Amino acid sequence: MARLLARFADCVFWTARYVERSISLARVLDVNQAYSQDAKGNRNWQSILTFYADEERFAELYKQLSADAVIAFYTTDPRNLASIRSCLRQARENARTIRPLISTEMWSQLNALHRKIKPLKASSVTSKTLSNFATLVKEGCQTHVGITMETFYRDEAYHFYMLGQQLERADQTTRLLDVKFAQLRAGATEMGSATDVSQWNALLRAAAGFQAYRRRHPVTAMSPQSVAHFLLLNPMFPRSLLCAVNGANDALNALRREAGLTTGARAQKRLRAFQSALMDLDIDEIMARGMDEAMDWVQRELNEIGDLVTKEFFGRS
Amino acid sequence: MKKAAKKRAAPKTGAASGGLLSSYDTGGYWCELQGHSHHALAASAELARRLDSFSISELKKRSNAATREFMTLGVTFTVYSNRDQVDRILPFDVIPRVIPAAEWERLERGVVQRVAAMNAFLGDIYGAQKAIKDGVVPADLVFGNANYRKEMQDLPVPHGTYIHVCGTDIVRGKDGRFRVLEDNGRTPSGVSYVVENRHLMQRAFPDLVQDLPIRPVSNYGQKLAEALSQIAPAGVSDPQIVLLSPGSFNSAYFEHIFLAREMGVPLVEGRDLVVEADKVFMKTVGGMAPVHVIYRRLNDDFLDPEVFRPDSMLGVAGLMRAYRKGNIALANAVGTGVADDKAIYAYLPRLIRYYLGEEAIIDNVETHICREPEGLKFTLDRMDELVVKPVGESGGYGVVIGPRVSKRELAEARDKLTANPSNFISQPMIELSVSPTLCGRTIEPRHVDLRPFAVTGQSTWVLPGGLTRVALRKGSLIVNSSQGGGSKDTWVLG
Repeated sequence: MARLLARFADCVFWTARYVERSISLARVLDVNQAYSQDAKGNRNWQSILTFYADEERFAELYKQLSADAVIAFYTTDPRNLASIRSCLRQARENARTIRPLISTEMWSQLNALHRKIKPLKASSVTSKTLSNFATLVKEGCQTHVGITMETFYRDEAYHFYMLGQQLERADQTTRLLDVKFAQLRAGATEMGSATDVSQWNALLRAAAGFQAYRRRHPVTAMSPQSVAHFLLLNPMFPRSLLCAVNGANDALNALRREAGLTTGARAQKRLRAFQSALMDLDIDEIMARGMDEAMDWVQRELNEIGDLVTKEFFGRS
Repeated sequence: MKKAAKKRAAPKTGAASGGLLSSYDTGGYWCELQGHSHHALAASAELARRLDSFSISELKKRSNAATREFMTLGVTFTVYSNRDQVDRILPFDVIPRVIPAAEWERLERGVVQRVAAMNAFLGDIYGAQKAIKDGVVPADLVFGNANYRKEMQDLPVPHGTYIHVCGTDIVRGKDGRFRVLEDNGRTPSGVSYVVENRHLMQRAFPDLVQDLPIRPVSNYGQKLAEALSQIAPAGVSDPQIVLLSPGSFNSAYFEHIFLAREMGVPLVEGRDLVVEADKVFMKTVGGMAPVHVIYRRLNDDFLDPEVFRPDSMLGVAGLMRAYRKGNIALANAVGTGVADDKAIYAYLPRLIRYYLGEEAIIDNVETHICREPEGLKFTLDRMDELVVKPVGESGGYGVVIGPRVSKRELAEARDKLTANPSNFISQPMIELSVSPTLCGRTIEPRHVDLRPFAVTGQSTWVLPGGLTRVALRKGSLIVNSSQGGGSKDTWVLG
């Protein structure tokens, strides 16, 4: 049985992460657009920069904050390595390296998606066309994931793909909550107001969780507690933090048990400890202590696990 | 609806009354489809009949679809300009080139014979050096050759095979005879296009391909993996094969991906390999795993910084130590460049006689060696008739086609030649055969060559057909991809 090259595992892991990052960004932009038609338009776009800690980088590249500038920054700007265009380029570059490993279908779809996005100019995506663009990206990324599920050979490489996807998803979901709570603290909206409810609504939609939330909480009013609990700790919602962490844990277990890898012990230990700590979390306590503190802890843990994976499996530090 | 019906009713140009090929004119060259006649040769008759029923629009439409598919699949070679990476497809012509079975069998034997002679020659110069002692080849041509590797001296290789993959460039002149133009015994590329072109033809032109006895090419990966397994170090029953690539910036990276995929082996780069205790390992997610056979697509120079270029970032330090200890097999072996050199090429008919006791099955193109006084004089006297080639270059760079260049260019070439005669050979201009090719909205003759691929482990197997490269510019004789050439599917029929 040929063992998976460490560099390939690294590339599979990052292909998954970059695709997940692209779709998450497309969702955030799309939803923000839908709820930014009010007077506070620019402030809403500002919050996305805060959310991704990109204010400085943005200021280097753009003179003024405007909806279209933020949209260009995050969609088509090749200078921003975190733009959707850059993420898809990197996903494609990683996939290109592992082409002997992945199915032709996985490769050609991702290659075609990249070829669609690549020629777009800064002016190609504006607030008017953002929705179409986001749909293109979302559909493209979901098609990629679907093809992966349908065609990717289930050996170590697949588990590294899942590990990357789930860790990235966990990270993106917590960032989403983080920014919303930051807005709350800043008193941008009054809790329970119509704007506030519509923003929780937007948050759920950004995580593609509105319908799922409604199935879990029919008719009740949307409270910060219930939305936060749902996005952090619902074990059945695929984009919740807990569900993603469980998924990452399954992937690590598969690598260690099924593929019989002796490496990765520290990453596994750390992830398991994190997983049990999550399950012990009390949402009211988090809310009382402050969401930002809790999310900082979550992101530190996720970073640490990511670093251990990189060190132990990929031989990078 | 009515309009459409009317449009459909208009007669499509049929085979009898001026079909697709009816206005095709070979321009006096040997045509791969028609020879010197005005109708398809027997082996191509059925193909020509089917082609004739196509309209230009339909052919164009399918050609465009094929091009799009190649882009989507990433069947590309990479070109760098302004630090930007551009992926281009090797332009693909949809009209196949046919090689009749009887002709192919001779070509196949000729290629096998050539590979055998080159391997015997390499075994000799890195061993007893009989050919040099017997005066068959001048010693300085071997030892003064930039591709001669003294590290290979007295190092036995499995089955005496040095050249495991050989691409032999063969052309056909106006007289319809095949001749060898060049041997590529280092890291020849192009085989991925042979296989991908065929797959594309089968998808885009099921109606052309259907039921014809085309010899298959899709088992190349399997055959290569078999040959590579046969050269594994002694005692290794289930060898770990890897393909060593310089990386994604290399123009042939797609081919490296293709070959690794077809064989199901890891596509490694130098940084993935380490040598410990004279054994080669690759860095896997589970730690170090042993490697036994390396199909390397990296030139000798870059292979091992301990032995060759010390600045090489692409190679593996200690690889040659492992090689010399017999712990790793390399394909192609190190130092094969001596045999595919344009200067040694001129001696190959004599080497075939010397080592195999046979006459060359496929002749060389007549070649004059400018390092020899008579060759230089001959060349200088007829520069306007000859093709002058630098021996150290590849990819068609630096080639001067006497009859096609201006007086000034000719004078410049003459200066270069007299300044350093040993760097050049000359050959008569071969008016390469042509093949009908879709050019815009017409079918025109374009010059082609042929590169069959031979794979050698214990014995030699030749992929039926090979890469037909086509010079897409009107009148151009240069078929290299780096010079704007394209390719065609190549059918050995019957």
